[in-house]
Amino acid sequence: MKRDIILAGVGGQGILTIATVIGYAAVERGLFLKQSEVHGMSQRGGEVQSHLRISDTEVFSDLVPEGGADLIIGVEPMESLRYYSYLKPGEGWLITNKKPFVNIPNYPDFETLWNRISSLPRAILIDGDTIAREHANARAVNIVVLGAASDHVGLPVEDLRNAIRVIFARKGDAVVEANLRAFDAGRAFAGSWGKVPATA
Amino acid sequence: MKRMMLLGDEAIAQGALDAGLSGAYAYPGTPSTEITEYVQRSPEAKARGVYAQWSANEKTAMETALGMSYAGKRAIACMKHVGLNVAADGFINSAITGANGGLIVVAADDPSMHSSQNEQDSRFYGKFAMVPTIEPGNQQEAYDAMHYGFDLSEKYGTPVLVRITTRLAHSRSAVTTREPRMQNDLRLPENKRQFVLLPAIARKNYQSLLGKQEAFEKESSESAFNRLIDGPDRSTGIVAAGLAFNYLMEIFPDGCPHPVLKVGQYPLPRVLVKRLFDACPRIIVLEEGAPFVEEMLRGVLDGYKDIHGRMDGLLPRAGELNPNIVGQALGKEIRRGESITDVVVSRPPELCKGCPHIDTFEALNEALRGYEEGRVFSDIGCYTLGALPPFNAINSCVDMGASITMAIGAAEAGLVPSIAVIGDSTFTHSGITGLLDAVNAAVPITVVILDNDTTAMTGGQPSPGSGKLTDICLGVGVPSEHIIVIEPLKKNHAANVEVMKREIQHPGVSVIIPRRECIQTAADSRKEAKKS
Ligand SMILES: Cc1ncc(C[n+]2csc(CCOP(=O)(O)OP(=O)(O)O)c2C)c(N)n1
Ligand code: SF4
Repeated sequence: MKRDIILAGVGGQGILTIATVIGYAAVERGLFLKQSEVHGMSQRGGEVQSHLRISDTEVFSDLVPEGGADLIIGVEPMESLRYYSYLKPGEGWLITNKKPFVNIPNYPDFETLWNRISSLPRAILIDGDTIAREHANARAVNIVVLGAASDHVGLPVEDLRNAIRVIFARKGDAVVEANLRAFDAGRAFAGSWGKVPATA
Repeated sequence: MKRMMLLGDEAIAQGALDAGLSGAYAYPGTPSTEITEYVQRSPEAKARGVYAQWSANEKTAMETALGMSYAGKRAIACMKHVGLNVAADGFINSAITGANGGLIVVAADDPSMHSSQNEQDSRFYGKFAMVPTIEPGNQQEAYDAMHYGFDLSEKYGTPVLVRITTRLAHSRSAVTTREPRMQNDLRLPENKRQFVLLPAIARKNYQSLLGKQEAFEKESSESAFNRLIDGPDRSTGIVAAGLAFNYLMEIFPDGCPHPVLKVGQYPLPRVLVKRLFDACPRIIVLEEGAPFVEEMLRGVLDGYKDIHGRMDGLLPRAGELNPNIVGQALGKEIRRGESITDVVVSRPPELCKGCPHIDTFEALNEALRGYEEGRVFSDIGCYTLGALPPFNAINSCVDMGASITMAIGAAEAGLVPSIAVIGDSTFTHSGITGLLDAVNAAVPITVVILDNDTTAMTGGQPSPGSGKLTDICLGVGVPSEHIIVIEPLKKNHAANVEVMKREIQHPGVSVIIPRRECIQTAADSRKEAKKS
């Protein structure tokens, strides 16, 4: 078992929380893990990425090789595409939140961006913000997206749920429950992706 | 023994703690900051009374650590690579005094300059100071390097340099910890003149340091951080230093077919290099940072051995390595994915909405309207982003403190008025001495000290001059009527512009202190307050 995952977003969107949840589940399974984080300059509203590598054999490089990723999880659509060349050609999946984070004057046209993503061979575009608000709270967007990606992470879904319970435990039961709902709503959306018209 | 998931930085901190650390001294700087922050958060450190408050700059950190070593205890000084420039005087001379209690200097290099002004390679400093240098290649080695490094430091009475790079500092992996060791007792050096570097004593100490070089190299050749691994295909031998070894293993998951010298400790172990050279006609050198090892292997005449690396273009001369760069150098086919560029634009870092620096730059820009552009010297911090549109407000960012001193030089060259814009933390790091120069030279400059009450750029550490800036300026000799505190807010814009215009026209030194808390730390402290 080996999964190389790129997490992408903008500073403050909670991509490190996604990494922590997957990482916890992987370590509990006794897998090897390396997770590189971006700290410093690039966190001031700039692009943020994290490389997450899990495997049942030793992981050497802290970085996922470009062209080697199984999965890109994006909390922001343009950011998820920034690392598209990291995906394994012909195999990798891209799963991203839909809502653009616009803090630059030349942000691309939304429709063009969304169409570009929807037309990729293995991609899911999810309106995490709306789903998070409906099922949990506005802050849980990252966990909605994780839910949508959960079939591609290479870990049993129940392990991920358990990791959410542990990671959010210190914030209280209500927060744990909200994040579990967010996760399941994301999963449900991914399950219906492609079966219903992709207009969510 | 425990298994912990740690960043490279955290592994260094935990390693130092478990190895009997008594004090961690540092000034923040990416990618080294998390070492000290980890010690500050650590309940064990608190329980054992380990000191870990921030220092005013890397030089004071280095010297404080040396003082703790003098007193027989184990200390670390941590900094980003350019911080070692600031600490260099203390560092180089600590090699001459030698250490008493274990002393490790951790320098975190930033190849590719993710958040730095340059990508200097700290291994040169280790060689310059002639002290053992350890370059851990992964989180476990980072942890182990602290135990080993302290022991080595105490065995030879020498400071030890530990060099890490961004990707290790900020990558998390499992680390197996050891039983914690007790801290050292207070124990002064036997020779009470060991640390008195008068020429007569320094000459003796220097001889002693020279005398240790052979032993340092022998330690390197026997160290677990250096390893010669055989391989069946001896047409090429590989030297892989630090992180480069990981990339090599990554591209050869079933083991590298070539003999490999994994390098993680310097001075370079010549016996191991010789063995590799004897076995292989062709050598490839992989290292993160400058061609430090490669240049040594080539020697001044070069050409005696078929050597390839960053210097002949087999690998790029600049920037960090990654698995694909290493793979390409070794003739592996690389399968990159398709790049999408039509709907992706860059998202440069920017000042937060509501940042006090924005109001200051807007006022300053207006106050300077009418003067020819190019007279605002600045410094390093969040406010350096004022160089970018829409502000285009500053014209320099060189090294911490250089704003004030460059403004003096430019003013004396005739650029009047000259302005310096410097953050509060940068001011206490290296700006105060420059301000003293300015006062003594009675030079017509205006110094704007951006008091956001924090060291924001590196994550909001406390600012050492908090609450003391006005007094510091007064103490340095700036007349009180030319130290003016303003509040950088939209509603004060017109008044602030007036103050700036007036002080810029003043033919001597004046200081303007725009004072308003960073909105990030303000939000964090509101959150803290809500919790408690
Ligand atoms: C010698 C050196 N040490 C540390 C750093 C890292 N560094 C860059 S900016 C900065 C803090 C600046 O704080 P401040 O001057 O208060 O400005 P702010 O970011 O708060 O606006 C630090 C620590 C550096 N670039 N050089
Ligand atoms: S972190 Fe603080 S100082 Fe830095 S840009 Fe944001 S508000 Fe300004």
